[in-house]
Amino acid sequence: MAKFTIPEEEYMNPGHVGCLGCGACNAMRYTLKALGPKTIMSIPACCWAVMPGPFPAKCLEVPLINTAFEVTGASISGIKAALDAKGITDVTVVGFAGDGGTADIGIQALSGMVERGTDVIYIMYDNEAYMNTGIQRSSSTPIGAWTTTTPVGNTKDWKKQPKKNMMDIMVAHKIPYAATCSIGYPEDMIKKLRKAKEIRGPKFIQVFAPCPTGWRMLPENTIEVCRLAIDTAAQPLYEVENGVYTISRKPKELKPIKDYMAIQGRFRHLPVEEIEAIQKTVNWEWNRLLKLEEFTKGLVEQ
Amino acid sequence: MKMVMTGNYASAYGAKVCRAEVISAYPITPQTSIVEKIATLVSSGEMKAQFVKVESEHSAMAALISASMTGARTYTATSSHGLLLMHELLIWAAGARTPIVMSNVCRANGPPWSVWADHHDAIAQRDTGWMQVFCEGNQEVLDSIIMAYKLGENPNIRLPTMINEDAFILSHTVEPVDVPEMEDVDDFLPPYNPRFKLDVDEPYGFGSLVMPEMYMEFRFKINEAMEAARQGWRDVEKDFEKKFGRNHGGMVEFYQCEDADAVLIMAGSIASTAKDVVDKLRSEGKKVGLARIRIFRPFPVEEIRKLAGMTNILAMCDHSYTFGHWGPMAQEVRGALYDLADKPLLKNYIVGLGGKDMTPEVIEKIYLKTLALKDGLDADIEWIGVKGHGGW
Repeated sequence: MAKFTIPEEEYMNPGHVGCLGCGACNAMRYTLKALGPKTIMSIPACCWAVMPGPFPAKCLEVPLINTAFEVTGASISGIKAALDAKGITDVTVVGFAGDGGTADIGIQALSGMVERGTDVIYIMYDNEAYMNTGIQRSSSTPIGAWTTTTPVGNTKDWKKQPKKNMMDIMVAHKIPYAATCSIGYPEDMIKKLRKAKEIRGPKFIQVFAPCPTGWRMLPENTIEVCRLAIDTAAQPLYEVENGVYTISRKPKELKPIKDYMAIQGRFRHLPVEEIEAIQKTVNWEWNRLLKLEEFTKGLVEQ
Repeated sequence: MKMVMTGNYASAYGAKVCRAEVISAYPITPQTSIVEKIATLVSSGEMKAQFVKVESEHSAMAALISASMTGARTYTATSSHGLLLMHELLIWAAGARTPIVMSNVCRANGPPWSVWADHHDAIAQRDTGWMQVFCEGNQEVLDSIIMAYKLGENPNIRLPTMINEDAFILSHTVEPVDVPEMEDVDDFLPPYNPRFKLDVDEPYGFGSLVMPEMYMEFRFKINEAMEAARQGWRDVEKDFEKKFGRNHGGMVEFYQCEDADAVLIMAGSIASTAKDVVDKLRSEGKKVGLARIRIFRPFPVEEIRKLAGMTNILAMCDHSYTFGHWGPMAQEVRGALYDLADKPLLKNYIVGLGGKDMTPEVIEKIYLKTLALKDGLDADIEWIGVKGHGGW
């Protein structure tokens, strides 16, 4: 069997205005490589609302509609309905939104879109805060993180709440396909996107997309932090197909979460006991995921 | 074919005869029978449309903007709080130049809760870039939808239109309505085929960031289109009349205004009652008239100025309000008259909010009050029928 390779075709041209080391940039590039030119893209307010370049520039080779912040799910529902009305069946409709636009302000439109069984791909590129507006906390910001609205200060006001689990929320909608992927593992990401393209109904893809600016880390560490996120299980790679969990990458032994945190400035204020508490949560979540995989595999056999 | 139907069914049939391809809507009283009827028409196969049953009005409008950008003819209906929730997307729809047509069943806004008619929901959307029609009857509701697609889809206009029908008074009251044959509508209204749309063979981008040196140009072009739509409405109604044999009076309908001592200006269904009152008062020798604002955006400045040559006393009956100033339509009428050397006197009445009944008796009292102004204006503005404040 031939080894899977990343397509050579480029549908994202040079000229984007993202920051150095931007993970969302690669997320778009791999998405288009996977899905090809017969794709219509809807983008709400987020970094990617700016990144294609200001009018009349546009670095993407696919049709693109900019929409309001909270409407991605509704927007792609409308595009799909119009294509259906016109009898166009060979076009993939994609919503490409940030974590704030997905897990916070856009969750209603997303929920409606999934509940209606809309045949589209919704991609949440997860940089774990409102990065386009300047690093404010979102519900997808991990516990312990500094942001400009969780500024630590004298009162230790870092983010106190755990990250919202969008995958669980999608699975609760009985979505046909949901997957996490990471720009640190492009083959896995492209494989999942191509799978999503072939499945009819709503698909949800959560792409781990580090933001060096907001995570207070060196731009050259973007891929390194992606790898550490997998190796520490800070952000595991898995997919859920019709309720059945499959973990895409299982480290033989998890690295400690402090390794992942240490190369990012956003966690540097955390005292040892906080990191230990976070380690316990990470372990618990990882074990839960292993159990989910085991349990749902059993369901398939039945 | 002549049928007896409510304003809401007239709206649904309007969408049907125009072959709207994508419907997206969310239920709200008193709009619900529009979406129920469309759902029935779609499920029976009589209407070939994709009906996206969204989880909010906000999503309804967002879905339609994207559907329209993909080249589909689109329709929705809402009311009151649903319209208010859409506000952000109404501006987006005009900014994206999507010729969406929407029925708005005019209903008061809460709190306190009210499901009855007034125009504040629609008026609050004045500056969104939507064309706005206020209907007097159910035939006009249906016909205006056809005209709105025809004009809105004109490449020189490309603007969305809101068709306003009063809650219950039109939405749930039956009248005979002539539903045009679809083939005749097809002759009048060709399929929507925009030059620019979301198309993988021509991958344009829409709505991207513009720097300050280009933003104002986009807004200027919307205003240009809105200005052109003023003549557009006059022309489209003439074309409509040629095809279907009826009109609804142009941008402003004048009723017995020519030699009037006093003219009330109204919008929406109360104008229908007022016409009866005009007839009665005329039969008693009182020279009164009625001007009905049918198109509110673009604002019919020339028509309003014509009124100045017909009468010395004007009174605008606003079915809505602006707290801290005159009624919204009164402001616009006053603005239109400002440049005239010989201006009629203008009074503003705030009437019928939250469904407060505008009976012939109430309207007659307003006429008599207005005729009495020949000796001078008693007040700029008067709220009619408020308990404890001269309520009748």
